[in-house]
Amino acid sequence: MRSDPNGKAPLGLKIAAAAGLLFLHLPILLIFVYAFTTEDRSYQWPPPGLTLKWFAVTWNRPDVWEALGLSVRVAAISTVMALILGTLCAAAVSRTKFFGRETISLLVILPIALPGIITGIALRSAFNLADVPFSFWTIVLGHATFCVVVVYNNAIARFRRTSGSLIEASMDLGADGFQTFRHVVLPNIGTALLAGGMLAFALSFDEVIVTTFTAGQQATLPIWMLEELVRPRQRPVTNVVAMVVVLVTFLPILAAYYLTRDGDRIAGSGK
Amino acid sequence: MQTAVAFSTVSRHFGAVRAVDDVDLEIKEGEFFAMLGPSGSGKTTCLRLIAGFEQPTSGHIEIFGETAEGVPPYRRNVNTVFQDYALFPHLSVADNVAYGPMIRGVAKAERRKAADEALCLVQLPGYGDRRPGQLSGGQRQRVALARALINKPKVLLLDEPLGALDLKLREQMQEELKALQRSLAITFVFVTHDQGEALSMADRVAVFNDGKIMQVGAPEEIYRAPRSRFVANFVGSSNILPPELTERLAGNRSWASLRPEAIHIAAGEGQRATVTGYSYLGAATRLAVDMGGQRLTVLLPASSDVPAVGQQVFLTWQPSDLHLMEDEQ
Repeated sequence: MRSDPNGKAPLGLKIAAAAGLLFLHLPILLIFVYAFTTEDRSYQWPPPGLTLKWFAVTWNRPDVWEALGLSVRVAAISTVMALILGTLCAAAVSRTKFFGRETISLLVILPIALPGIITGIALRSAFNLADVPFSFWTIVLGHATFCVVVVYNNAIARFRRTSGSLIEASMDLGADGFQTFRHVVLPNIGTALLAGGMLAFALSFDEVIVTTFTAGQQATLPIWMLEELVRPRQRPVTNVVAMVVVLVTFLPILAAYYLTRDGDRIAGSGK
Repeated sequence: MQTAVAFSTVSRHFGAVRAVDDVDLEIKEGEFFAMLGPSGSGKTTCLRLIAGFEQPTSGHIEIFGETAEGVPPYRRNVNTVFQDYALFPHLSVADNVAYGPMIRGVAKAERRKAADEALCLVQLPGYGDRRPGQLSGGQRQRVALARALINKPKVLLLDEPLGALDLKLREQMQEELKALQRSLAITFVFVTHDQGEALSMADRVAVFNDGKIMQVGAPEEIYRAPRSRFVANFVGSSNILPPELTERLAGNRSWASLRPEAIHIAAGEGQRATVTGYSYLGAATRLAVDMGGQRLTVLLPASSDVPAVGQQVFLTWQPSDLHLMEDEQ
């Protein structure tokens, strides 16, 4: 076994690593290439020609804007709900001791472990039973089930690393509950919430399965793309949209990664 | 002199645990008061009751004549130096110190000036722009002190503030804290499990055990005249003599305490004993002796001759050094 961190890896290992990375990312590049193809009925390789006209076509398609708008609104509202509920829940579980605390922690995390299709079916039958019409808000509720978990996980990890005496110190120095939250709690969990919120937004933005079960007539962007692939007309429009989705989801996740990367020191540890 | 903090029959129970049990206490204004006891004896809970982080299960607390019931920590004119210092990691040292004035709405320039003054007071001038993470343990402790003192509290609470420091630094901080307390004339309430620290710094000491106060008094009084076996043992080790032996030696049938340094070795007269062991401590030598079945510890000054193990010696002491204890415990 090699333990020298500066040692060179064997050639075979390098090739395997490169092959793995290519396998992960080449198909995504393919999607990008097809966004510029001149052929619009089948995905022909190599593309017979390259054009930028699909960007203009996409720009002028109202259904794209409608789907995009819906997705952004759903993701934004689910994220806000998740930020509030997830933070409150994490604060309760990490700050106090009560009967059934571990059970509650598990129950909160469970929705993300469940297959989306089960969450979807369960929510659909529950909405049916309760006579709730499928709408924008049922999609938001469906997405919130897993968005809350993402925020909760981020927030609770940060709460556990933040010394409890910081809050007491703030109160001791004259700050009431609200001032303590604003000046001490929020700055200490802020980056964790930002990271959790961005991840939640990205998850909601490209969610298909739960959405198919909880949506009415609305099509979020991923649903619209699925429908579009079936229709052999202006196919590269889908690829243009796919490119945008990749950028919209990739950038926040990258930002979240950098924001939480150096949060490893324990906040408030005195010794 | 006014009373700073008064407890009357205060109890704080956590479930079945009586952390503080029926405590009466009076801390005077301007006093350096130490709460001494082993861990779990209720001293820290008492401190938290004064700070307002805990509410008494029963009883009554007054701070400068005003009832503390229902008064949250942020409305008490009391500040705390926490055991882990609890400095805000996201703020600079100056912003940490200026946190209290910031909350009270003091203008930025003014509170920065106050923070710099407070940092000078604790001998950390020019440290304002650093982060708490860049400071050593001793420096963090001074910042925590400055952050509390800037609010000009009527009572300063210190929860084992020197516990995390090494010995040299601890001795230096003991002197500084005492000097600071004298010059500011603020009431200091100090929690510690280190009897040496309590004796050397405090004007008065309360010895805690099992949620109760065993004895309150000046350090000399506690040391010379412990009221119970617990106090005699916890505050400086002592020889505890059972009632039968005390009766034989002093004529009174009660438990007695005899400090190791009060026993002298005399030639030819006194109580006969056999040396069973010794350890060299530098400034003194500690002898273990057996006096008719009773094991005793004797502390000899460094200059005196040390008898060999197994040698017969005669022990003497001033009759007043054999202190009879009132309490059974």
